[in-house]
Amino acid sequence: MGKKIVIQPVTRIEGHAKVTIQLDDSGNVADTKVNVVELRGFEKFCVGRPVEELPRIVTSICGVCPWSHHLASAKANDAVYGVKPPPAGRKLRELCNAIAYTEEHILHFFFLSGPDFVMGPDADYSVRNVIGIAQANPEIGKKVVRNRHLGSHMLEIVSGKAIHPVTAVPGGFSKPLTQADRDKVLPMAEEVLEFAKFSIKFAKEDIFPKYLDTVKTLGVINTGFMGTVADDGVLNLYDGKLRLMKADGSFADFAYDQYTEFISEKIQDWSYMKFPYAKSWGDGFSMDSTDPRGIYRTNSLARINVADKISTPLAQKEFEEFREQFGRPAQLTLLYHWARLIELLHNAERAIELLNDPEITSTETRVPVTPRAARGVGCVEAPRGTLIHDYETDDKGLVTSVNLIVGTTHNNAPINMSVNQAAKTLIKDGNYDQGILNQVEMAIRAYDPCLSCATHKLDGSIPVRVDIVDADGNLKDTFRN
Amino acid sequence: MAKVAEEWLNICGGCEISILDLGETLLDLLPSLEFVHMPVLMDHKYFGQTGEKTELEIPEADVGLISGGIRNEKEKHVAEEMRKKCKTLVALGSCACFGGIPALANMYPKEELLETVYRDSKTTESNGIPSQDLPALTDKVYAVDEVVKVDVHLPGCPMNPATILEALTCLLEGKPFELPERSVCDDCPTKREEKSDVALKRPLQDAEFVPGEYDKMRCLNEQGILCLGPVTRSGCGKPYLEGEENVPRCIKGYMPCRGCFGPIRKGANPQVEMMSALSSIGLDAKLIEDRRAFLNRYIGGQNRLRPLPPKVRR
Repeated sequence: MGKKIVIQPVTRIEGHAKVTIQLDDSGNVADTKVNVVELRGFEKFCVGRPVEELPRIVTSICGVCPWSHHLASAKANDAVYGVKPPPAGRKLRELCNAIAYTEEHILHFFFLSGPDFVMGPDADYSVRNVIGIAQANPEIGKKVVRNRHLGSHMLEIVSGKAIHPVTAVPGGFSKPLTQADRDKVLPMAEEVLEFAKFSIKFAKEDIFPKYLDTVKTLGVINTGFMGTVADDGVLNLYDGKLRLMKADGSFADFAYDQYTEFISEKIQDWSYMKFPYAKSWGDGFSMDSTDPRGIYRTNSLARINVADKISTPLAQKEFEEFREQFGRPAQLTLLYHWARLIELLHNAERAIELLNDPEITSTETRVPVTPRAARGVGCVEAPRGTLIHDYETDDKGLVTSVNLIVGTTHNNAPINMSVNQAAKTLIKDGNYDQGILNQVEMAIRAYDPCLSCATHKLDGSIPVRVDIVDADGNLKDTFRN
Repeated sequence: MAKVAEEWLNICGGCEISILDLGETLLDLLPSLEFVHMPVLMDHKYFGQTGEKTELEIPEADVGLISGGIRNEKEKHVAEEMRKKCKTLVALGSCACFGGIPALANMYPKEELLETVYRDSKTTESNGIPSQDLPALTDKVYAVDEVVKVDVHLPGCPMNPATILEALTCLLEGKPFELPERSVCDDCPTKREEKSDVALKRPLQDAEFVPGEYDKMRCLNEQGILCLGPVTRSGCGKPYLEGEENVPRCIKGYMPCRGCFGPIRKGANPQVEMMSALSSIGLDAKLIEDRRAFLNRYIGGQNRLRPLPPKVRR
């Protein structure tokens, strides 16, 4: 075996990972792994807690998308307690979701991934970051910093606490929106919409055309997709049904609480993150990019692929253009960025729609609940993919079991496949430099992974068992220590 | 120009977003400080840019910020390297200061967690425990100051941008920084009558309030809704943006405090102090459901949360 290249830490992503690239004797790529190296343990320590406290505990799974966990947990609570929030309660939750999306998509496109495109994939590492962008182009830098921050500011006004929020509660939302606060937030939302329009125009004119070859080649794989749509097939990020699409474009729709019949999770010895796959396809699980089995992707590109339509006019126009150009499902990995900007536009439009809805300032935002023994599944589209919270309670409303599948975890296998493809294409005869390794990381960044989310689980360090599996993932032999 | 290094350990990323929530002020700071290492935003690598070095290396800095507690050997190593390279080391956020929410895991022995996560999860096909090329986990979650010396503690889940800015400015000028020893109640605008005539209840319905008029809302504890304000350090509501009032963040949502800023002073015992605070207004603290986890939600490191004997646990 030849040299082993380790990229550590993977930077400009949320959370901890390293990439291990094993070269063969002639310096070509033999194997790659994305090792996710962090773990915490929410599924264990949420058990025993009163279920209504979970929306305030699970937020700490992720400080970048706390709203997604907060809302999925509140929805799981609604289901456990058997209640439906009043219209204003639901709309306030959806408003916060839409605002949070704008904040996070701006964060990802400009702060995390943008430097690769604006400064260039091979730029010196000391300037290939948002500070580099701000110094090279102060005007754009200022706009970017301001508009991301506007998202946080709006969330503070609507909910009191933007990071690790507390106001989505079983049965609704604890903080009615006053007329005065609505009037404060609306102009900010309008400013963000202008910025969203600018962003997609900027990307389509100044970024994507420059990197057309990279888009067509970097991290390209062929997979299925999953995302949420409303009953009529329209993109919905807060509520609806799940749609699981095969690479050929055929799909099955199902209710959230049916997810266990469609998805299962594998474990690999070299990552703390599990590997979900579509067990309903009956194909098994394989990350071999020439013959992938059971592999589907989530996050922006997946949602744009599974949706039939977008409800807001400007985003719908972009959606039509995207579909015409790239087909359904679009497979090129770097198109995640493009899809993300369409979603940025949609959420900016949606936030304004909701703020203009007369019902949003109603004081009827919450119904009271009574503890009972039940199971509740809550699901939202987190920016990074479908987020599933599945709780069971005893008759006092104390949690007895928790199962979580988060956005990034769905993308674990695809990220590994894209990294493998990128490394094999870029590293030849032992030749590589920091720019090439950065391009391998770009294949990861396209997925906007949130590894804090994905490593909510906790385990130990001792290999108590080693299993030998064949290429289809079938167990061949087991050794114990 | 002052140099700043930032690292995140057992984290969620919320503290880093709180730094970004300095907004345009962050841009104003850039001419006077240089970030030399910050994995969330910058590409400096531990072992050289192409992985060519054998020793983990972080550049020297005047101020080092660490968010997150310590859950594995790699995080421990990074904390030690940060201590070595940074003149002043700041524990940012309640995970770094006290273990934070992830330290709720300290209520369980590691073996029990293993079984739950990799064997008993609903959708998981049990297939062994990952370990190859992965850092070994520590026996429990540690606050940063249990592993290396910390100069400044900035708790909060997350800490707010106003205090981050104030602390950074002080430290970069070489001045010390410490948070005042005040409670959340000291900054809470709600009405207090120092007595309660209702029973303690879970927050399964709205508190009584008039939207937007915090000074007309009665203290949540007095309404029977358990609020950890009396034993929690104040500062969460410190105004940063124009037009903001100094109201504790959860109170702004008409929701009770859960203690995210940690104890008011070093050596405090929030669990005992909260029980007496409730008794003093006539509430029966024994009625708190899941009391131990409740009163230590953000502060389970530093030996505050430990596994109970198996019988008691079940």
